[in-house]
Amino acid sequence: MATIKELSRKPELLTGGHRLCAGCGASIAVRQVLLGANDQVIAGSATGCLEVSTTPYPFSAWKIPFIHNAFENSAATMSGVEAAYQSLVRRGKIEKKMKFVAFGGDGGTYDIGLQSLSGAMERGHDMVYVCYDNGAYMNTGIQRSGSTPFGAATTTSPAGKVRPGKPQQRKDLTQIMAAHDIPYVAQASISHWKDLVKKAEKAFSVDGPAFINVMAPCPRGWRTPNEMTIEISKIAVQTGFWPLYEVEDGEWKLNFKPKELKPITDFLKPQGRFRHLFKPGNEHLLETAQAEIDKNWSRLKKRCGVE
Amino acid sequence: MAKTATKQKIVAMTGNAGCALAMKQINPDVVAAYPITPQTTIVEEFANYVANGVVDTEYINVESEHSAMSACIGASAAGARVMTSTSSQGLALMWEELSIASSLRLPIVMQTVNRALSGPINIHCDHSDSMGARDMGWIHLFAETAQEAYDNTIMAIKIAEHKDVRLPVMSMHDGFITSHAIDRFEVLDDADVKKFVGDYMPKHSLLYNPNEPVTFGPFAMPAFYYEQRKQLRVAIDGSKDIVMKVTDDFAKLSGRQYGLFEEYRLDDADVAIVVLGSTAGTTRYVIDAMRAQGVKVGMLKLRVFRPFPAEEIAQALSKLKAVGVMDRSDTVGTLGGPVYVETKAALYNSKQRPAMQGYVYGLGGRDTGPDQIETVIGDLVKVVKGEESPREAVTLLGVKE
Ligand SMILES: Cc1ncc(C[n+]2csc(CCOP(=O)(O)OP(=O)(O)O)c2C)c(N)n1
Ligand code: SF4
Ligand SMILES: [Mg+2]
Repeated sequence: MATIKELSRKPELLTGGHRLCAGCGASIAVRQVLLGANDQVIAGSATGCLEVSTTPYPFSAWKIPFIHNAFENSAATMSGVEAAYQSLVRRGKIEKKMKFVAFGGDGGTYDIGLQSLSGAMERGHDMVYVCYDNGAYMNTGIQRSGSTPFGAATTTSPAGKVRPGKPQQRKDLTQIMAAHDIPYVAQASISHWKDLVKKAEKAFSVDGPAFINVMAPCPRGWRTPNEMTIEISKIAVQTGFWPLYEVEDGEWKLNFKPKELKPITDFLKPQGRFRHLFKPGNEHLLETAQAEIDKNWSRLKKRCGVE
Repeated sequence: MAKTATKQKIVAMTGNAGCALAMKQINPDVVAAYPITPQTTIVEEFANYVANGVVDTEYINVESEHSAMSACIGASAAGARVMTSTSSQGLALMWEELSIASSLRLPIVMQTVNRALSGPINIHCDHSDSMGARDMGWIHLFAETAQEAYDNTIMAIKIAEHKDVRLPVMSMHDGFITSHAIDRFEVLDDADVKKFVGDYMPKHSLLYNPNEPVTFGPFAMPAFYYEQRKQLRVAIDGSKDIVMKVTDDFAKLSGRQYGLFEEYRLDDADVAIVVLGSTAGTTRYVIDAMRAQGVKVGMLKLRVFRPFPAEEIAQALSKLKAVGVMDRSDTVGTLGGPVYVETKAALYNSKQRPAMQGYVYGLGGRDTGPDQIETVIGDLVKVVKGEESPREAVTLLGVKE
């Protein structure tokens, strides 16, 4: 992998001046992913914060060819671009080596776009799919998604008198993608940039489909200070809420192994969306959240052959 | 059969096989499609061409029609020549993507084999699927026969990709009636088709010039959205001339001359039927029989439904005394089927105009025999004679009470 000095000399493919909020994790995720590309990249995005904020007509923050189609079909759209590339290369109309990356938020990936993603991965297109996961539909005003954590208050799972935020646990998308048995699957966080850039590099270099799920906090939806984005991403990893791992040709590997996980309350406490969980009488909810983390962590360690 | 301008082969095959053959001859860069009755045999036949190396198209076996159109949009924006095909529920599932394809001005060609929309679920012909998509900014061509379905497919590529059009085209033929019946028709040489459609090189694309990167599908707020929609209107209105230019060029090659519509025995007619698709054949048969009995009846068979040739239709029909418009789809909650409503509207400002009546027929594959056409003509004659006043309500032909 390139050194930080070399990375710093790489051209920015997503330029500044876009309209994502200060402290938004999405653009950080995109820029780190694009640092892992060593060939010409063609990018696309699902509808969501990333797309609306980077392409307000007549402007575009993308310094590479970019396509937005709709909300649920970033993967299908990019599979068409990749197929066109294969065809035009075969017919001698294009020579340059190109790589393809589709971005989607958690809503556009875990929920409405899951079929399109699954289809594209199953067909084996030579493309990378990156989910920037901020745990809710942020663009439309913080509604719950399949990725929203247990107990989080969102505008469609508010913390009320009888319902304490989202009643369900998160869907584990990264493992669903691993079950597709594609060449490369990884989970990464913007707080661990070296790990993320390395994973992106691997994803771009494999022959066939690759998937990366990136922790990309949203200060608006999480009710955290703008300057806390990287720190809270790091805590997500340290508490085991967001383990860093990769599945390379079926081999599971844990990339970050703390001796002991920090308590999940370290992750929940700084976030306004979990404030109600800390009210007296809700201790059992915190216990449920911790139990879920513990269960998932021990299962993941087993899969990765770590004791 | 008209005099042929180039060597052609007479074949006996189904409409769907003819469409697959046209696709083979076009050999598009990318096809993304999903099977659905009655379109299925097109994608199966094309899969055979791919499997046997007859074409070198990149064929994407998508997991749904939504993804079919999404992948077509990606591939077309990438710079490829792209085709697909669907019917009914498949088209309905694509709906969101249809207006994105046209607003991005992507020349995707889609054969739509007309089938009734659910529910109840049905697999047979009516036009409710493509008529439901009539306002999506696509050019709509209708075929009466397998010959026309084959010919329209080839012309659709040239129309769609023309630099002054750059719009997607839907090419329709009737499910089962045309798609599955074996018909005798003429096909061009592969080389002639290849030459006719030519090479495709878009002005803007994702792949051809990445050093001057383009952003497709940006977010356009009130300050810009409206003008983009205006551009779409200008483009589709203007495409009428290109449709005819390509149609005339095709006639030079094939000897088969089509128009925006066909006028059959309309010159001296008092009454006429407006219809599209395979029922035009039955209508022609009935007209000949009734002409023999002295009824001055003719037909206007619509080929180009979008852009709707309102001016030309008004000119062709204004001097008639009564016109019956037959729709193989119902637009419930309003005056009648879409062809009826639009034809009537097209004539409204004419100084002279016929009495008009709307008919719905053949929904969900209900058989439409000569008797139903005779009924329509009989109704129109009564209106002309003053025995009946024109009906305000649409008449449902062949429905059980
Ligand atoms: C078919 C469809 N349904 C709903 C929407 C409305 N919508 C646009 S973006 C969005 C949420 C996006 O959430 P996510 O994918 O998590 O991205 P984020 O905004 O959080 O970055 C929704 C619900 C849409 N554009 N299209
Ligand atoms: S709302 Fe959240 S995800 Fe959207 S731009 Fe702002 S910080 Fe980023
Ligand atoms: Mg989100």
